[in-house]
Formats: sequence, C-alpha cells, structure tokens
Amino acid sequence: MPRLFQVNAARRRFLLGAGALAASAAIPQVLFAHTGGSSRLVVVILRGALDGLAAVPPYGDPDYASLHRELAIAAPGNADGALALNNTFGLHPALSYLHERFAAGELIVFSAVASPYRDRSHFDGQNVLENGLAKPIGSADGWLNRALAALPVAGRAADRAVAISQNVPLILRGEAAVMSKSPQATPDVDEDLLARLADLYSKDDWFSARLSEAVQTDKMVDGAGRAGYPDRVTAVARMAANLMRSEGGPEIAVIEAGGWDTHANQGGAKGILSTRLAGLDKALKSLADELGPLWPQTAVLIVTEFGRTAAINGTRGTDHGTGGCAFLVGGAVRGGQVIADWPGLRRAALLDNRDLKPTLDLRSVFKAVLDEHMHVDANTLAKRVFPDSSGARPLAGLIRA
Amino acid sequence: MQAEIAVLRFGLGARPGELADAAGEPRAWLMSQVKGAAPLAVSTPLAASDQIFAGLLAARDERQKMKQESSAAAADAKVVNAVREAYQPHYRAQVLARAQSAALTARPFAERLVHFWSNHFAVSADKGVVFGLAGTLENEAIRPHVGGRFVDLLTAVEQHPAMIAFLDNQYSVGRDSAAAHLASRRLGPGLDAPKRQFGINENLAREILELHTLGVNGGYSQADVTSFAQVITGWSIGGGRGRLAGGVPGRFYFRDNLHQPGPKVVLGKTYTEQGVRQGEAVLADLARRPETARFIATKLVRHFIADDPPPAAVDRVARAFLKSGGDLPQVYAALIGSPEAWETDARKFKTPEDFVFSTLRALNVSPGQPEEVVRTFDLLGQRQFTPGSPAGWPDTSKSWDGSDALMHRVLWASRVGAKYESGVEPADLAASSLGAYARPETLTALRRATTSGQAVALLLMSPEFQRR
Repeated sequence: MPRLFQVNAARRRFLLGAGALAASAAIPQVLFAHTGGSSRLVVVILRGALDGLAAVPPYGDPDYASLHRELAIAAPGNADGALALNNTFGLHPALSYLHERFAAGELIVFSAVASPYRDRSHFDGQNVLENGLAKPIGSADGWLNRALAALPVAGRAADRAVAISQNVPLILRGEAAVMSKSPQATPDVDEDLLARLADLYSKDDWFSARLSEAVQTDKMVDGAGRAGYPDRVTAVARMAANLMRSEGGPEIAVIEAGGWDTHANQGGAKGILSTRLAGLDKALKSLADELGPLWPQTAVLIVTEFGRTAAINGTRGTDHGTGGCAFLVGGAVRGGQVIADWPGLRRAALLDNRDLKPTLDLRSVFKAVLDEHMHVDANTLAKRVFPDSSGARPLAGLIRA
Repeated sequence: MQAEIAVLRFGLGARPGELADAAGEPRAWLMSQVKGAAPLAVSTPLAASDQIFAGLLAARDERQKMKQESSAAAADAKVVNAVREAYQPHYRAQVLARAQSAALTARPFAERLVHFWSNHFAVSADKGVVFGLAGTLENEAIRPHVGGRFVDLLTAVEQHPAMIAFLDNQYSVGRDSAAAHLASRRLGPGLDAPKRQFGINENLAREILELHTLGVNGGYSQADVTSFAQVITGWSIGGGRGRLAGGVPGRFYFRDNLHQPGPKVVLGKTYTEQGVRQGEAVLADLARRPETARFIATKLVRHFIADDPPPAAVDRVARAFLKSGGDLPQVYAALIGSPEAWETDARKFKTPEDFVFSTLRALNVSPGQPEEVVRTFDLLGQRQFTPGSPAGWPDTSKSWDGSDALMHRVLWASRVGAKYESGVEPADLAASSLGAYARPETLTALRRATTSGQAVALLLMSPEFQRR
C-alpha cells in the first residue's frame, strides 16, 4: 500500500529532531530555571501488553479488517466505529475523552512504536520498558529515576517523584529517593508507636529511610483528601493528581494499570478490552480534572511493554506481538498529531510474519519528553538515562514551546 | 544461629519451642520434612476442583435460562453474581485453610516449598473462571508432588483445570483437527469462511517454556512456542455442552477432536507420539533439560538464600537437579547443603505472606474466620492467589519494600498487638520467635513500651522480624 501522508511528516520530524536537540543543548540551563520545576509528568504503564491495533485502529489499512477480523474496529461513521484521527487511524470508541483531547490539540498518538525489546515475554518486555536499556537485565534502576537525578532545579529529592502503589516499580527505582503511596488509607497509626519505631530503626538506614518517607507522604495525603474513589485506576489517578497539587508535592508520578493481556475473547467495540479502555479513559479524565490549574503544564505518557499479533488467534484474542501504540496527552503537549511511520499490515511487511513492525523506538519519545518538558540536558539523557541508545534519536516538537 | 536460620529462613518463622526442636541437628530437622506429599495441616474438608467447577457450570446454565427469560444485560449481571456466589465460599475456605496450615504445620519447610512451587506455577484468582479454583491447584497438583519428582509435579500442574483455564488452553484448536475440518465441511465450498476462526492460543505453551521450565533465556524460539502450542491442542477440561460435551466435568480432559494431528518438532526434536502422550513427552524432555535445572535452581536459591543468587549455590543445586533427574528431595538437600544459606545475616525482606504467617506462628494463633485473613492480605497488598500475572509474585526485596507498604505493616502490627496483648510477655515472645536474632536495641524498646500491645507491634516491626 502507498505510504501515508503523516509518514513523510514524521520522517521530516526525525531530521528536524537532531537540529532542534543541538540548539536546546546549547542554551544554558539557567534559561530554564524559571520553568524547571513547574512541569509535571505522569507516566502510565499498561501492564500485560495493550493491543495497539484495537486502541488505535488503522482502519484505512486494507489488511487490517481481514487480520483483526471480529476484533477489528470499523471505520468512523459506522456503528461502533472508530473515532477518527485522520484518513488512516482512529481511536477505539471507548476512548472518547482522549479523542476530545486530540481535537483540542492536547493528544499525540503514536503507532508502530516499541521499546528495543524484540522477544515476547511480558516480564522481560516490562523490564526493558522501565530500565531504559536495550536488554532486560543489566540495570537494577529505572530510567525515570536516573532522569530525576538530572532534573535541573534542585529540590528535596524525596518530594520529586511518587509511585501510586504500595511498592516502587522498576521505572522509578534507583538512587534518587522516591515516595510510594497507594489509595488505600492507613489511618490511625499511633504517633507514639511511629516515634518509637523511628528510634528502633535509627541504626538501620534502609528501614529508617522508608519510615520517614511514609510519614511525610501520609501527611501530604491527609491534606489532599481521599474520599469517594469510584474504581481502582481512577482512584490511583486521582491520588496522583491530589499529591501533585499539594504544597511541595511531587512533579512526577507513575501509575500502573493491569489487565491488557487479552489472549481470549478480547472483544471489539464492546467486550473485555473495551471495558478496560473505557476505565483508562475515565481515569485520564479524572487526572486532568483533579490536576485543574496544573493541567496546562502537564504531560501524561501512556505506554505498554509491546503490542499484540496482527492476526487474531484461535480463541478470539491476540497473542504477544511487537509494535504497538503509545499516547502523550496534556495541556503542555503539542497535540493533534499522529506520529506513525506506518509499515503496513501486508504479510511481507509484518515482523516474523505476525507482528506490526515497529518503526519508532519508544526511547525517542522518552528522550523528547525528558528534554523538551522536563529540561533534562541531552548529554545526560544520552549517556546516563538511556545508555547505548544512539540509534534512538529524540523526536522534537512534542511539547508546546 | 543455625537453628534460627533453619526455622526463620527455610521454615515459616518460629512457633514457641520450634527453635529448640531444630537446635540439635538443624539440617536433619529440615530434611526430615520434605519426603513425600505435604497435605494441608488442617482437617477442614475443602471441595475438589471438579465439584467447584460443576458449580460454575450450573451457574452458567442458569445464565442461558435467564437470557431466554429476561433482557441480556440483566441476565449478564445476574450471572456474574451467580458465578461469584458459586465461587466465593470456595475461595474463602481455601484462603483460610492455607493460613491455618501455615500457622500450625509441624513441617514448615515443606509448607514453604509448597508456597514456592505454587508461586512458580502461578494462577491468578482475579481471572473470573479461576477465582474459586486457584487454591485447588496448590492443594491438588503441588502438595502431592512437592517431595517427589519435578516431572510429575510439572505434568500434574499443566494438566490441572485451573492452569488450563488460567492460560486459555481449553479452546485452543489445531487447524487440521477433526473439529476444524467438520466446521469447514459444513459450510461447503464457495461459502463465506466460518465466522469463528479455528486456531491455536499460544499462551499456555509460551508460559510453560518461559516460566515453568526453560526460563526466558532458555534457548527456545517463537517457532518452538507455536509448535508446542500445536502439541498441546486438545488439553482441555471436561464438561462442555453440545459438540464440546465429554469428559468428567471439571477434570482434565484430552479432546482428541481439537488436537492438531501429526508429528511436531519442538527444540529440534521430532515428536511422533499420538494424542495426549505427545505433550507429556515434551514435558518429560523439558523437565530434564539443563536450562530447566538452572532456571529452577536460580529461583530456589533466590527464594531461600538471597535476592542476588550466589552462583556457587546455583551451580550446586542445578547439578543436583540434573544428576538426580529432578528428584526434588535431592535438590532440596543440595540447597540446604550450600554454605551460603547458613551465613548469619538475614538477607531477604519478608513478603506480606511471610510476615503474616511468621506472625501467626510467633503468637501461636491460627485464624478462625476467612474475613480476617482476606482483609489482612488486602491491606498488606498480597491478596492470596492473585499475583495478577503468570510469573507469580516477585521474589526480591525491592518489589515489596515501598514506604507505603511499610506503613501498612505498621498499621497491621499495631492492630495485632492490640488484639493479642493480654497473655503475652514481650521478652518471652522475642526469645521464642527470634532467638539469637533479637538485637539488644529491640529488647530495650520492648522493655520501654507503654503497653504490651505496643511491645508486640514493635517486635513485629523490628528489622530482624521483618527479614528472614
């Protein structure tokens, strides 16, 4: 099939990227000092491998419907059809809020994108997504933690990032201290007991660091309130927003959502995956609503470990694949774009005869967001945050100037 | 410290008197526990998987009836409830029995091994069809084989209905199977392709290779995954309706009409066996491979010794696995025989499960009601049988050591302290549960506590109780 219009646009953007990067690296960091610290970043990790061909249906590709069969999303204008992005791509009909953001110029949709991982294990795939390397092992810390250490404005390190979870996922693990907080309340812990524990832990750095972080975060949340959460992902999103809005709250939050591993009875416009997507859409709306005045300076990056097979399997689902989709949404995002160097779904174009071939490295997106939005300098990004990533040059123009 | 290590690191935490029991010959004390099956240490009768599954099928039949009588949406809602209602008492009974067994067993090393294998062969109760069955995999497939041969354990697990259902194998269909042929013949030439495409689902085959045997770097390819998935087409559960009728409801059932016929190549070897034997032959070979020995050894050493498994210990355990043909007591003996296991610093931060079970044992109490156990694990972030992924719960400290998680432990410990404060002398409790592990500053903190409930909470939250 002929290559699509936005392919060329994306190609040009690659070229622009290199120049734009050089320019920003040359500007002294002090120029960013007034904005540094005001940007907010939320990373949403969809664990289990979201089917990119369902979330971002390439309805204009002539092979899509025959491969995805009853799971395919119809073209816009049909019953339960896709929400149009352009002549080729749409959004799953359950993603109505994201579609509004696209129309408002606040959403970039990526397709045919993947981390550098090329096998099909969830667990290794998630490791690569989070460790920022080209391979699943070799790093006990995550790229977002390494980026934290390089944020231009110094602050109290423990305040700068939070994982909305009881424990810290790999992406945020590392030397820089981070908080973790789950929506489940821990009320009524006796102050006297906490003081005694602090004393008991005084010779054990590992325990004393965690206890003081926990006490600090707990106070922050008490101020932010936590009543009336409707469901888990929304609860998690609202807690992230509330923490970020609180006095001295974190600039970076990581949220996780599971349940995307749709091997059987995935459903099309309706069904299991549709319900999950609607939950995600709602959670993102809650996040934006709760962030309120912070939304214009916020970027939300939504990623998954890999895509799923182009063809459906024998149980009306999809198996583990490679290329998939990603989203960048927020008031700070230069949205309204689809970025996809689309390889097509002809059999010969598929990776290993089965998967959408990735044409964009997710690290090119991560680098662009950390550079343009969080003002991490390019040299640190290339050397420390994403070592061995010279093949993944940062995109440019993802964030509003 | 040898008795402490045996009881706290290899066992589930010390009950009163247990450190003394292990003191003479700690290694022999451990080895005496591992031979043969390890049934639940409680006499509560639990329903078997086939009975539970029959309840699920009955709930589904009810759905069909309701769909004819009322609106589809109303019927769907009722059925979800009906399935939950059919399953819920079983889930709760399994969770309670598991906690009671962990609290009371006189073979805590065998019990920990059961938990280890249950997590190695993880199924997750948050998948609807697995909810009431999750605990049956542990009780029916793992407990009988924990002291036997790995190949028997592996085969029992992969043929257990909970595993088949969790990884979607019951509907995986060979393209050249009798069922696929029948479907295409019925349509006849020139008609549209069948609406339902027949084919394989590679989920179970992939996870057997990646998570149960060889490990992710075990040298298999995508072609091996696909071919192995063809091999195990037909591995299903009895009790379907219509054309899928057959077999005993809720038991493993090989559906020959779904099976992809003919020889297949997996990892370079051609398997010519017929029917279910073909898959069993692949499993038998997988169970013997050096990659499997190394993968299992690495996980055992990580679980029992340290997050970063000492290579010498891994080598020793892997060699014992290969040499014995996967005879598990010999594998466990190699683990216990590793000097790295007996170094005195406790290196593993307890999971919520470890923390709860060791608390029950330290206090010499056994939970009486399922709610107590269910709520505790919800609070601490390890709802029983719900790792969410087929990789099981993570087994390294970093996955459990968030500051928020610590605060939840403090909250629970303070509630436990308040509940059990009467009749507990904190210094005695420290001696019976930690022995020589108890640090002087912890003993001082216990003496200075304002109530014995607060002392219990401090003991449970002390660094030495939180590690094993």
